[in-house]
Amino acid sequence: MKKRFEFLEHTADAYIAAYGESLEEAFENAALATFEVMTDIGKVKPETGDLVEVEAHDECALLYSWLEELLIKFETTNNIYCRFKISNLEETPAGLKLKAKIWGEPFNPEKHLQKVGVKAVTYHRMEIVRKPMAVTVRFILDI
Amino acid sequence: MSGKGRHLRRQTRVPLERVGKYIWRIPRKYKSGMRVPGIVFADEDLLKKMTTDRTLEQCANIAHLPGIYKHAITLPDGHEGYGFPIGGVAATDYEEGVISPGGVGYDINCGVRLLTTNLSEADVRPKLAELTNTIFSKVPCGLGSRRKDFRLTPQELDRLAAEGVQWIVDQGLGWPEDIKHCEEEGCMKAANPDKVSTTARNRGLTQIGTLGSGNHFLEIQKVDKIYNSQVAKTFGIKHEGQVTAMIHCGSRGYGHQICSDYLRIMERAVHKYKIELPDRELACAPGTSKEAEDYYQAMSCAVNYAFSNRQAITHWVRQSFEQVFKKPAEEFGLSLVYDVAHNIAKNDEHKVNEHTRKVWIHRKGATRAFGPEHMEVPADYRAVGQPVIIPGSMGTGSWVLVGTPKAMEVSFGSTAHGAGRMMSRTAAKRRFWGGDVKKALEQRGIIVKAASQVILAEEADLAYKSVDRVVEVSDKIGIATRVARLAPLSVVKG
Repeated sequence: MKKRFEFLEHTADAYIAAYGESLEEAFENAALATFEVMTDIGKVKPETGDLVEVEAHDECALLYSWLEELLIKFETTNNIYCRFKISNLEETPAGLKLKAKIWGEPFNPEKHLQKVGVKAVTYHRMEIVRKPMAVTVRFILDI
Repeated sequence: MSGKGRHLRRQTRVPLERVGKYIWRIPRKYKSGMRVPGIVFADEDLLKKMTTDRTLEQCANIAHLPGIYKHAITLPDGHEGYGFPIGGVAATDYEEGVISPGGVGYDINCGVRLLTTNLSEADVRPKLAELTNTIFSKVPCGLGSRRKDFRLTPQELDRLAAEGVQWIVDQGLGWPEDIKHCEEEGCMKAANPDKVSTTARNRGLTQIGTLGSGNHFLEIQKVDKIYNSQVAKTFGIKHEGQVTAMIHCGSRGYGHQICSDYLRIMERAVHKYKIELPDRELACAPGTSKEAEDYYQAMSCAVNYAFSNRQAITHWVRQSFEQVFKKPAEEFGLSLVYDVAHNIAKNDEHKVNEHTRKVWIHRKGATRAFGPEHMEVPADYRAVGQPVIIPGSMGTGSWVLVGTPKAMEVSFGSTAHGAGRMMSRTAAKRRFWGGDVKKALEQRGIIVKAASQVILAEEADLAYKSVDRVVEVSDKIGIATRVARLAPLSVVKG
């Protein structure tokens, strides 16, 4: 199977590269990696679904807002997520808009591995690299 | 395919001039946009580590901030951050300068507080495991942790944000004398909850009274060595072997969201006010602008949230002592030495070229270190200077220092805040296993209760620089001098 994401070296925090054939897929894999920082996503069941919609003025800001929205969902609903499907990504007068469905289940420390909490998404070293059929996004999460 | 190497080994070649044994200058001519030079406080080893990432480049970048005075500072524990290096200080003019959320960071008022007891190690040792377990059960920590017994309504959260530690003490979670022993007396008066988003409030509501994860911790410690007995005595540190407790945490999702919300606002402000910056994460607004005022009022709410969080946790620590030793907490002392912020922006007055200036002081991973006779130092300590509390990495020592007149001269009354990582989390996990880390600590008599085995590996003390060395540099330069070293007896970890 193709590599969906990997953790790069960074002294203090989580530096992630996520890959996809499209921007959507790379963003979905970025979401997977973000939750893999916090838990073993292999142990999370995609039992309940939720909808996410974010809008931002450019692609980097969209990646930032997408991941931040997922952190907010986790912290306010206590659901941990393991599957992400971006159904729509379109240009708007304000920039770009993304709609996605996400799946997970209530976080249960007795069942789910506790790794480290993510405080925030950052713009530091964030980049989106496009090649034909290969999009790479890199970003750092503040731990 | 990953381009990993390319991103890993981007060595900085920032020019440095040595101006003292532990003081280095990044000349202003290094970059055309620098308004002042950079100053780095470090010994050769600490400096060498800084050259392997972007710490020095970031120091040069903050020297670009409009209205910055004297120099951009990197402290001995400096390492790469976002916009600002962690261990960074910048003072900008109150009117002509800017305020930057990046100069505070996501974890607004991440900080530390120290309690002393009148117990000695021998008194606590027989019940140490029980005490540690009790604290672990009373203070939720780790991923997704939340409290069941301490829930606030949105209205109560706003009062906590506006009134800080006083409000928490009014709820019965603390003693009136705690208030005077907090920086800002536990409340930034500028706080205005109307400037805080609903999202930030929602994140704050679920997490109040929790420790969090990552490098946050709660330790039972003992006084390992006293370096300055007169000052130590003033702080309530009386003898070696005396038991203390340390709480290290911040403003949780409430502060993270406030930072993020205002970074967006500041990005727009950068365009609006045509500010030229070398890094997106330095987004800022003129000190007198509406954007600056709103951020400062919201940030102050997060500062108060963090002070309140540490105050509430203090209450549960006192309760744990009462429960285990079956006596009222007052009989053990358990008095608050000091609560100090490590990530904060505020208005200070500092002397710059013989003139007293009102500034926006940004301390990002830095501890305020005011010297004697400063009116901001609590009356109980004013004769000797402000207590400076510097936590070490897990299982190593922590430090109490005292602020000095020298800090007022050279570092805008600031010093270092911790050890600073040396090894990445990924590398630490490759090298250590949580169970082994725990076992190694236990062989040294240190009890560990952790919500996560993974964090134990990531936070292994070998993954950090030596806090003793950081403190030694601070002491040698004289920006905060050694009072006492504390050693852990037990650790509660996220």
